[in-house]
Amino acid sequence: MGLLEFTERGIYCPKADVYLDPWKPVDRAVISHGHSDHARWGHKNYLCSATAAPVIRHRLQLDTIETANYGEPVYIHGVQFSFHPAGHIPGSAQIRVEHKGEVWVFTGDYKLEPDGLSEPFELVRCQNFITESTFGLPVYHWKPQQEIFDEINAWWRKNQSEGRVSVIAGYTLGKSQRLLKNVDVSIGKIIVHGAVDAVNQVMRQQGIALPETHRVTKDSRKQDFDGALVICPPSAVGSPWIRRFLPYSLGIASGWMSLRGARRRRGADRGFPLSDHVDWKSLNIAVRETGAEKVFVTHGYSEVFSQWLSENGIESHVVKTEYEGELSEMVEGTATTPAGTGENIPVTTNDTPNDDTEQL
Amino acid sequence: MRNFAQLFTDLDRTTKTLGKIKALTEYFQKVSDHDKLWSIALLSHRRPRRTINTTLLGTWASELSGLPAWLFTESYHVVGDLAETITLLLPETAEQSDESLTYWIDFIRSLEPLTIEEKKGKVLWAWNRLDQTERFVFNKLITGGFRMGVSQQLMVKALAKHTGTRENIVAHRLMGNWSPETDTFQQLMLEEDQKDISKPYPFYLAYALEGEVYTLGDPQEWFAEHKWDGIRGQIIVRDRQLFVWSRGEELVTDKYPEFATLLDILPDGTVLDGEILPFKDDQPLSFNHLQTRIGRKTLSAKVLKEVPVSFVTYDILEWEGIDIRNWTMEARRRKVEEICSAEHPVLRLSALVNFETWEELAQERSRARDLFSEGIMLKRKESIYRNGRRRGDWWKWKIDPFTVDAVMIYAMHGAGRRANLYTDYTFAAWDGEQLVPFTKAYSGLTDDEIREVDRWIKQNTIERFGPVRSVKPELVFEIAFEGIAQSTRHKSGIALRFPRIRRWRKDKPASEADRIENLRKLL
Repeated sequence: MGLLEFTERGIYCPKADVYLDPWKPVDRAVISHGHSDHARWGHKNYLCSATAAPVIRHRLQLDTIETANYGEPVYIHGVQFSFHPAGHIPGSAQIRVEHKGEVWVFTGDYKLEPDGLSEPFELVRCQNFITESTFGLPVYHWKPQQEIFDEINAWWRKNQSEGRVSVIAGYTLGKSQRLLKNVDVSIGKIIVHGAVDAVNQVMRQQGIALPETHRVTKDSRKQDFDGALVICPPSAVGSPWIRRFLPYSLGIASGWMSLRGARRRRGADRGFPLSDHVDWKSLNIAVRETGAEKVFVTHGYSEVFSQWLSENGIESHVVKTEYEGELSEMVEGTATTPAGTGENIPVTTNDTPNDDTEQL
Repeated sequence: MRNFAQLFTDLDRTTKTLGKIKALTEYFQKVSDHDKLWSIALLSHRRPRRTINTTLLGTWASELSGLPAWLFTESYHVVGDLAETITLLLPETAEQSDESLTYWIDFIRSLEPLTIEEKKGKVLWAWNRLDQTERFVFNKLITGGFRMGVSQQLMVKALAKHTGTRENIVAHRLMGNWSPETDTFQQLMLEEDQKDISKPYPFYLAYALEGEVYTLGDPQEWFAEHKWDGIRGQIIVRDRQLFVWSRGEELVTDKYPEFATLLDILPDGTVLDGEILPFKDDQPLSFNHLQTRIGRKTLSAKVLKEVPVSFVTYDILEWEGIDIRNWTMEARRRKVEEICSAEHPVLRLSALVNFETWEELAQERSRARDLFSEGIMLKRKESIYRNGRRRGDWWKWKIDPFTVDAVMIYAMHGAGRRANLYTDYTFAAWDGEQLVPFTKAYSGLTDDEIREVDRWIKQNTIERFGPVRSVKPELVFEIAFEGIAQSTRHKSGIALRFPRIRRWRKDKPASEADRIENLRKLL
């Protein structure tokens, strides 16, 4: 019996009888972060990082939730669990599991580059590393975020000078706040969609400083939107809600936008390749620096990345999970249940629109 | 190259027609006549010949990026575009090239006689010299896959603005046999005297009729004829020479030697528009017959005997050397009837359908399949002959296609706009207890449906073979098609014409899909 096992319900620690980010209801779940494919509804007990808790509590409408600060050990049946910043979104954590000198790290979703909002990624050494691979292909190579924000700011200014509203779509939890935190607020007014505003409020309450934003109300008039930047979820694109901003230019902020095909398919005016996941280079750095002897590759280009590691002398295995990495590629806004599918399709059961994983 | 790369970026960044025209016009103002000419050529699909094998490019790029070949291939499957894959995988450079577009095109053309090693040296030098967007453009040029999402009409608009010439004149000048290697911008765009006697006119294309036919108003205002299922063509007679152009702007005179005899009956300064149709014993044959001679390099006596072609004329664009496209359809039609009045085995008239009411026309349309026609063409009697695809005066009213319910069994990644999405499907029908694949189809689903199916495929894969996945035989789709023929190349023994997905039959389990016998009955 290993310290961690891969089961039908999720990543399981038999010794502690605890699941990490399980996708089926369990008694006790340790959660990496608040995105709906990781923090699912229906478990009896939840444990997450102290900074991830407010959003998870809000989204899953939980009364109680156990928390621990980053680095603070929690013992369950003698197994030591601790959270370490994953740099993915505020509160996101890698989960470290240790027992009798055996150390595992499960990354959840992560990125190495500091984004000015999330707690910066912390490298945790381990023997067994369970990593995501959403962008685990060498064609994915992120530019420094400042370059992307320079582009976004320039685009906003240009639209302003041409009398257009700038509408930018990014998922509600994480990406929207990262945009908010890093755009040049001196350019103009920022308007947010209700779904984004709900997350903003939770974050502000927990002490995360975010620039001033405005909501659209029924009294809003056309001139209130003049020269504004509008931040909305991908699901709002093409909805009647967005039409009020006409004439507008549409931008989409997502790692998928680094490929031309994806940009053209979305019919957006601009695609900004801004991702909260590791790119190929960072993924390789992370694997190397952890010093892991065994690597388990979850959602994304898991087979490709695993083969690459094996060829480079690192023992590696593909793990089938129900995190949305590959599934949610290119999926817009809402999670739909494909017809004729079995029960093993992940469907979010909470009423939050499932637009917060990297799924453009 | 920087200007051209910028144009490329600008065009990529806007989905709006006006924005594209603005980007093009600004570009034309900035660059030399040489670069203009090459840009026009590239945008109208006159690419320079490929001088290098694309597999080699891939090999060199993976070498340079230090990646194994299989990883390069995987990346290519996801990106769906070789030029872009190479661009993304090459190590970054800080260089920028000051050379012009023409310089780089000449560079690519100059590779032709070189040895592989010499070519490699040159390509690596180029890659190192160009920044990312320029590299992408260079790769697009060298792989011969250059497309920029600008329609001919859009380019015509921008050029008209740039040169201060009327759009229809620009459109006409861009037609036919010119090449940036031998012509100049001045000659092509600005000189009145056109020396190219083979130059065709831009084809006027019809949209499919949307909604009910009676919305077109008074039947008396319309001509109707059958929509013949052949190849749209223009026959040009000038200076005692005859030219045949296909709709794809290809000069195909040599492919239809039958038409040479028309020189005897058509005077100089005549341009006819019509359909190249296989015709035997005064009966049109199906398109399948024509297909047997389209691809051939040399036409044997046997083929010419078995599948002779006629030109079924329905319009005239030039008469006595004068462009008469602004005559009304009615007037042009009279001229066509006059020219095609003699019984001639090769030059035929596309007969008008006589009808008083739309119901009568609908009745005629229902006979279309028996006549090997695709339906009815409607042309307003008062209309002039316009350029390109336009709404309002010409409509095609096609017959309903055949349909079959089939089970999806394989899926493959699309390319370009559909890269990284499973959009190319293979469908099967029941033969006893077995599912026999009989067609592929990819268009027809909405973007939302494509994403939903893509998601399902990724969850229900049985096996993967490179870019192809076999999937659980569960999803049923209604496939529409225009015709069916026997085929020795397919396991099922049949080949469909224009198969496409009509709708997703979520209401049907796989067991209720059609049987292959039902399809064979249609043969």
